This record gives sequence, C-alpha cells and structure tokens, in this order.
Amino acid sequence: MLGSDLVMYEEEFKLIDAELQRLLAQANAKVVFLVDKNGQLIAATGETENLDTTSLASLTAGNIAATGGMAKLLGEKEFSILFHEGARDNIHISIISQRVILVVIFDQRSSLGLVRLRVKKSADVLAGIFNQLLEKVETGKTTGKADSPFAEITDEDIDKLFG
Amino acid sequence: MSFINYSSREINCKIVFYGPGLCGKTTNLQWIYKKTNPDSKGKMISLATETERTLFFDFLPLALGEIRGFKTRFHLYTVPGQVFYDASRKLILKGVDGVVFVADSQIERMEANIESVENLRINLAEQGYDLDKVPYIIQYNKRDLPNVVPVQEMRRALNPRGLPDFEACAVDGNGVFDTLKAIAKLVIMELKKGQ
Repeated sequence: MLGSDLVMYEEEFKLIDAELQRLLAQANAKVVFLVDKNGQLIAATGETENLDTTSLASLTAGNIAATGGMAKLLGEKEFSILFHEGARDNIHISIISQRVILVVIFDQRSSLGLVRLRVKKSADVLAGIFNQLLEKVETGKTTGKADSPFAEITDEDIDKLFG
Repeated sequence: MSFINYSSREINCKIVFYGPGLCGKTTNLQWIYKKTNPDSKGKMISLATETERTLFFDFLPLALGEIRGFKTRFHLYTVPGQVFYDASRKLILKGVDGVVFVADSQIERMEANIESVENLRINLAEQGYDLDKVPYIIQYNKRDLPNVVPVQEMRRALNPRGLPDFEACAVDGNGVFDTLKAIAKLVIMELKKGQ
C-alpha cells in the first residue's frame, strides 16, 4: 500500500460532524468543512446546498499545498493559518494535526476574531478525534479486523463501473 | 492515498495525468468531462494561464458507480507540463493513487517525453513513492499526426517494463476511456492488495 490511507468510521464521523456543527453555531459561520491534505472532502456542514464542496475541497488543498511550498522555501515548517477576505464572504483556513484542513466561511454576521477564537478550540477537539481514528486504523491493520470493501472485489465489479 | 469512508460508504482515489508540456493531459480530462453523464461528474476546474496553459492543475471529480455497496469516486488531476513549473508538479503528486503518463508521439517531443518520465520518477521519490510500485500506465497520444515515432520505438524508450499502454488521439477521444479504465482497474486492484 502507498503510504497510509485515510479511513473514516461511523463513530468518528459522528464526532467530527458534531464538532463542526458546534463550531458553525459558535462562530456564527455560514459553512464549515474539513478536507484531507490531498483534497478529499471529509465532512461539511452549514449552507452547503448551493456550494460545490468537492471543488472547494480540491482548491483548498491546492492552496494549502502551494502555501506549504512557499513556507518550505522560507525555511518555515508550514503556514498554519490562511485568511481570504472578500466583499461579502471570507474564508478562514487552518491546518489541524498537520494532516487535515479546517475551512470556515463567514460573512458580516461574524468576525475574524471570533472565528479565530472558536477555530482554536475546535482544532484541539478535532485533533483528538483524528488521533483516535488513526489509532483505530492502526489496530485494525494489525489485527486484520478491517472489514474491507475490496477483499472480495473481482474484475467484473470493476468492468461494471464503466457500464 | 485513497480515502475510505465507512460512514458514507464512499471510496475516493486520486489519479494524476503526467507528461511534458502540450502532450494532451488537459485534453484527456476535457474529453472525459465531455463524454461523462452529468450525474456522474462534478465541475471541471482548470487553473490555467490566459493562453490556456495549465498553471497549477486541472481537476475533475468522477463518480463511477458502486463497488460492493461503496460509491467509487475518482479525482482526476493534471500537472502543469512546462519544465519551470516543477515545484507545482511535486505538490499535485501528493497522495496519488495512480499515474497516467501521457506521451507526445511526435518525433521532436521524444526527448521531452524521456525527460518528463525522469522528472516523474524523481518527484514521486520526493513524496516517498517508487514509480516501479505505483499503479502506472502509459498513453501514446497524438497518433493521428503524420510525424509520429513508431509505437515499438516509444515502448522501448518509455515503457521498458511492458506496463499496460495505449495509443490515443485525445482530441477525438480515441484511447481516452481505455486509458482511464485501465488505470482505475490498477488502482482498485492495488487497494485490494493493500487491505
């Protein structure tokens, strides 16, 4: 296997979702979402109906990757917070546990100060959940317990994907 | 690096189209976008210059259907092919599950092809991957042009290990889906092996 894959289980997903919803409410934000550093959307909450979250996730990861490249050139480990200010909406992006990216979109109903404060608190909670998740994945690997959807896969299954 | 979500029963994989400048990486994605059912695709995003050269990447999310009850999604990316965008190319390779090398079949681009494969090997190694172990296939693009290198010769230069390879003409779509299908298969088989 290449590197370690990201795996999400029901239990941790619920915890993450609950934390994102709490952050959404406490920060008075419009949308809160969590992205893997490789651009995979992990969870999203808030006014996401008319939002292309898949594309946003990919661009956020690209943005963090590019900023990380700049940091390296300057001898920094990473720039852990990015902030984009718009006429109506603003985006606050932060890296959690060096692996996942927390994105908060907010408008004039909130403020950068409030968002920063609430993000800081949520970051600790989310980091804890991800540590728990990683431990679980590792244990699953060593005990061979992971109930893999791939174990029984056949060529026919794959051919079906392409109709 | 795939993302398996047991909660939403989804599998996401990342495939990167690599190759020298103007070899047709973006054209491959554009064809896939054009020919895919609107329900199965997201928006295609191209971060390009004003002259439509890829600046950072193209991105196309594809939902291919279900495997054993898991929604299977492929995120297709291209890299900027021009030599001086190397720093950006490295970033796109992060977390890759499979690579398609798009070679330009024209005689005058052979050197650029070989250079690009070497660059791919180096950049993958920097991310901790070994090109000989990553799911990897090769596409000989632009076969419709008059000044092309014979396939046997391209194979010798670019595919000494005899990996799956395909002739293509991405502007007309020839070979594009064959290539996609082959890499998707390799990626899923690799996931199976890894589990």
